[in-house]
Amino acid sequence: MKKILAILLTVIMVFGLVACGDKKDDQAKDTDKAEEVEQDADEKDAETPAEGSGKVYYLNFKPEQDQQWQELAEVYTQETGVPVTVVTAASGEYETTLMAEMGKSDAPTLFQVNGPVGLKNWEAQCYDLADSDVVSELTSDAFALKGESGETSGIAYVVESYGIITNTTLLEEAGYSVDDIQSFADLKEVAEDITARKDELGFSAFSSAGMDGSSDWRFKTHLANMPIYFEYQADGIQDTAAIKGTFLDNYRNIWDLYVNNSTADPAELSAKTGDDSRNEFLAKEAVFFQNGSWEYSNLVGEDLFKADELTMIPIYIGEGDEANQGLCTGTENFWCVNKDAEQEDIDATLAFMNWCVTSDVGVKAMSGGEGAMPSGDPGMGFVIPFKKALESENVFVKVDADMTAAGKTPVAWTFSTMPSEEWKNGVGSALTAYAADQTDDNWQAVVTAFVDGWATEYELSNP
Amino acid sequence: MTMDKILKKWFPVFVIPTLAAFIIGFIWPFIQGVYLSFCQFTTVNNAVFNGITNYQKAFTDESFANAFGFTVKFAIVSTILINIIAFIIALALTSNLKGKNIFRTVFFMPNLIGGIVLGYIWQILLNALMSAIGQPLLALNSKAGYWGLIILMCWQQIGYMMIIYIAGLQNVPQSLLEAAKIDGASSLQTIFRIKIPMVMPSITICLFLSITNSFKLFDQNLSLTAGEPAKATEMLALNIVNTFYARAGAAWKGIGQAKAVIFFAIVIVIALTQLYATRSKEVDQ
Repeated sequence: MKKILAILLTVIMVFGLVACGDKKDDQAKDTDKAEEVEQDADEKDAETPAEGSGKVYYLNFKPEQDQQWQELAEVYTQETGVPVTVVTAASGEYETTLMAEMGKSDAPTLFQVNGPVGLKNWEAQCYDLADSDVVSELTSDAFALKGESGETSGIAYVVESYGIITNTTLLEEAGYSVDDIQSFADLKEVAEDITARKDELGFSAFSSAGMDGSSDWRFKTHLANMPIYFEYQADGIQDTAAIKGTFLDNYRNIWDLYVNNSTADPAELSAKTGDDSRNEFLAKEAVFFQNGSWEYSNLVGEDLFKADELTMIPIYIGEGDEANQGLCTGTENFWCVNKDAEQEDIDATLAFMNWCVTSDVGVKAMSGGEGAMPSGDPGMGFVIPFKKALESENVFVKVDADMTAAGKTPVAWTFSTMPSEEWKNGVGSALTAYAADQTDDNWQAVVTAFVDGWATEYELSNP
Repeated sequence: MTMDKILKKWFPVFVIPTLAAFIIGFIWPFIQGVYLSFCQFTTVNNAVFNGITNYQKAFTDESFANAFGFTVKFAIVSTILINIIAFIIALALTSNLKGKNIFRTVFFMPNLIGGIVLGYIWQILLNALMSAIGQPLLALNSKAGYWGLIILMCWQQIGYMMIIYIAGLQNVPQSLLEAAKIDGASSLQTIFRIKIPMVMPSITICLFLSITNSFKLFDQNLSLTAGEPAKATEMLALNIVNTFYARAGAAWKGIGQAKAVIFFAIVIVIALTQLYATRSKEVDQ
């Protein structure tokens, strides 16, 4: 009897261990199911014809577009027989996920870096794309990301714009139109007038400039792009080991304008999140909301805004040729191919990338809006820097196209040259402290974090 | 067969699966982790040996020393507070209090909530409080961040330690307590001369748990203050993670790994010292 009991216990224990190791599939509630699912997957793999013989594993950066990528992968597999796995990292967890995945034997064949600084971590793993077909599809050489070795390590696959998203209806209620705002002085006048009449109008100029981790990148990264861009312009450089901070007074002016004419008390910004800010804008509590074209699907739709109620204006900081300043347009999404993958997998990956940006289905899925996916779901709505791109329905993207057509110069995304996350955190921390207590001393702390922090972090990142 | 023989015959069946899991899941990664701390690497596959450079950099990193100082300050205060309060509550809940089972459950409950969630909840609570009394919010206020962390940890850990103390107190032989009573010992004398020496094993384990928990604290630190303002409330574990992920360049993963090994050594030394010190005070019943 005891023997039987012992055997029984052992069986249960072993089974328990197996069950523990199988938890990958969250949806499968019990182990039996999980095993069935895995078996099915195995069979499917075995059945796929070995036409292309390689396979593709894409580690996707954008959670918003996960569904579309999954569908596109399935369609591609049906068309060509090449298995494509798409895994999407959780928001803010890309670097961690990528590190873990790259260490595995079935590492991603296609992954992303966010620009030259991100590339520093991964350059050794990047396949040289210079001779691939997909590079020849790029509309401009500027979209190829070159590493220190001069190889084409990555290519941009989506171009985005940011600026100040404006609720034109509210702006008109306040007695202004978008055309009235052509410079920092105009913006300041409008914003301060709205603040003065806040109680009468029932709304503020800016939505809260939240400095919670979900929102602070709008200011420590995107807004900080402005003084860096103008400094690079003035000095005729693309990158620097030591920023001078020539235009930090302008940075202070726009930051003052944001925090002192907003829905929230500047002392409480540290606790305001990205959702808070967006919700204030959606609730028509603010006219302006600094953000990018990626916010389109969060702002336009049923129960939300109509597309013609919104527009985007450039972030003026009172520097350069403001009459001809466009939106901040650039990219921080670069595709890289894993050099350490099997050659046949690399070939399969290159073919998949090429298919995405040249085939009708792929291009439509990537740049289309409503009903652009084969299943009838909305597409990714990207502006893709490839020759076959379609016109986007995104209103902010259209604004950018119109401005460029009108001869305005887009502001480049220089923030991809910021030396590290640590630098951004330092600036963000100082900005928050300054907003709560706007003294010259506290601004000096921002300047120190900006200028000295840059030199320190640059040195630490480039030993 | 006697029980002994049965155990002898069957013990590999019971031990080996667990032992294998322990080796695969803990020992082997640990050894690899120590090796990686002597390397420059991005993934575990492309590690290049570079000697003790990582350790030199880790020791000269000011933020690491600051994080260590903050962690020590936090560990001392939180360990003392948690254990004293937990012991007092345990004393109260082993007396003939009405509804003591309900109290025990209620005090234990915070332990069932994950650290990240707790951190965010307390962040909202504390920020609302600070805003109401006109003080700078958590992210601007290192003092509030420090005490916020202490309050949060006390709230979460006291219930758990309380259960261990209750178990210890219930094991104090009734005969000893009665004898003390007959000899005319006051209730304070009973606590300090009889109960505390008798629950020394519980104190050992509770101190061990609260010290190591304080040193290893990560979730709560990340969600409550994230090290703000300007790293003033950054603890060791968060500093290591930031070294790993917040800096660009290939060298930093190795330095983060070296910091993690140093961190491990520190926690081990402190925990063992404490174990040795309190073990020696334990008495046999």
